[in-house]
Amino acid sequence: MKKPLIYILLIAGGLIFAYPFLWMISATFKPEVEIGSIGLWSSNFTMRSYAAVFQKIPIGRAFLNSIFVSACVTFSVILFGSIVGYALSRLRFFGRDFLFGLILFTMVIPFQITLIPMYILMVKFGWVDSYMALIVPGMISAFGILLFRQFFMDIPQDLIDAAKIDGCNDLEILFRIIYPLSRPVIITVGIVSFMGSWNDVLWPLIVIRLQQLMTLPQMVTIFAVGGQADGQLGAQLAAATLLAVPIVLVYAFFQRYFIESMATTGLKN
Amino acid sequence: MKSAQLKTRGDKTGYLMSLPYVLYFSLFIGFPLLFSFFLVFHKWNIVMPMQWIGLRNFYRLFQDIQFFISIRNTLVFLVIHIPLQITIALLLAILLNQKIKFKGFFRALYFLPVIVSGVVITILWQQLYAYETGLLNLLLTKLGLSKIPWLIDSGWAMPSIAIMATWKNVGLYIVLFLVGLQGIPRYLYEAAEIDGARPVQQFFHITLPALNSTMVLVVILSTIGGFSLFIEPFVMTGGGPMNSTLSAMLYIYNQAFYFGHMGYAATLGFFFAFIILLVVLLQKKFVERKD
Repeated sequence: MKKPLIYILLIAGGLIFAYPFLWMISATFKPEVEIGSIGLWSSNFTMRSYAAVFQKIPIGRAFLNSIFVSACVTFSVILFGSIVGYALSRLRFFGRDFLFGLILFTMVIPFQITLIPMYILMVKFGWVDSYMALIVPGMISAFGILLFRQFFMDIPQDLIDAAKIDGCNDLEILFRIIYPLSRPVIITVGIVSFMGSWNDVLWPLIVIRLQQLMTLPQMVTIFAVGGQADGQLGAQLAAATLLAVPIVLVYAFFQRYFIESMATTGLKN
Repeated sequence: MKSAQLKTRGDKTGYLMSLPYVLYFSLFIGFPLLFSFFLVFHKWNIVMPMQWIGLRNFYRLFQDIQFFISIRNTLVFLVIHIPLQITIALLLAILLNQKIKFKGFFRALYFLPVIVSGVVITILWQQLYAYETGLLNLLLTKLGLSKIPWLIDSGWAMPSIAIMATWKNVGLYIVLFLVGLQGIPRYLYEAAEIDGARPVQQFFHITLPALNSTMVLVVILSTIGGFSLFIEPFVMTGGGPMNSTLSAMLYIYNQAFYFGHMGYAATLGFFFAFIILLVVLLQKKFVERKD
């Protein structure tokens, strides 16, 4: 294929992906009557849509909730994923292969089957309308364990033996010797679980009803669906933009890691 | 031999370190699985005591036209979404795999919708699809074409959601296909060129067969994703117009959390999960090439 044609197609593709986002951001600054236009520029740019969002919903609180929940989930998935991954890859114990098979099996179970029982469990634990319901069910992930296990398998045994001779126990080996070598897998698991938690909306919709505990995507969803936006398109788009901006900012700096992480997760599945 | 001895030392540490997962599994996977099997024989709205009703949830399911409509809608979504996604992803991946500049930039751009929450994408596209003021219809009008009733016509609504979902997810599949393409040895193409194979022949006889495992992955991942279709119709259409975008997940959600039919919703989830597994197994069987 000719080079110019390739570039034309790639740029056309780029516009199709980028323009809607640019249009959205511009629309959030346009007055309501000008939103239905193709162009990006308006001579009447205003902050009114954002003012409406901040006035109608406690979106700052939702942002903090989301940060807190996603940080806890990510930290825990990394911590427990690496501990269990270490046991599965570097230790030998009766039932280990069964456990590994079990973890693989759980990845095949569609979440649709456990969704309702999980909700009932939250009700019985009294966790509905609490951070517990948002955090605890996400604290361990099978894919996290599997990625750590696979990474740890390739670490030379000599390194571990040397540490054992120095009197390190297994946890010390994991945190002192193996962690410093595991940056790539920690980043991968971290990005994927943070994004999964940050963007999840079905589960929060189910277990959280109190406005002050809602996560950001949940609050934005309810704002758009539940009529609080009073049909103001600008305000809905502004809320959506506020939800997108943090993750896009992080993505702008670490896009290579994001893409590689998501791709490896896809491939390993 | 020494290393083997050290590795064997003590089952106890292994059990202790696996304990978090065992606890997690029992509580959040094992118990819900067993409990869902228990729930399907009961009528329950959480508040009142549970009531054993035998197989009545299943009788009800098989007469529940709305549920089958919701499954049909989900399949309509998949039938549009998957081929569209594969075609576009493959095309852009092949373009990106050429010797070009700014490769990383384009890849990052196409990937952008993947990292953004589905809620954002849905709110944005709801505006793009708006009949009078939406960007797409404004563009169509400018080109002298007639407007499309994207979300307000029962024939168009699900295809519209499928197009949007493709736009959101295709970046991930571009990257997966790129990885696959980079694994194809160059000499295959060089040999084909010497034999006089045209680019189209090369594509069908070298590229496509070599990408088979990626293809299986893409089909299965998008199928699993498609069966979870929920937030898009929830925000955009509420399942309408005329139930045309009522996805199976949305229907189960409504049964459980709008009507409070926990036992019945669990039955639906149970049945739906089997359909998912069945479809994925069939896809694996038919898409995967045996060598």
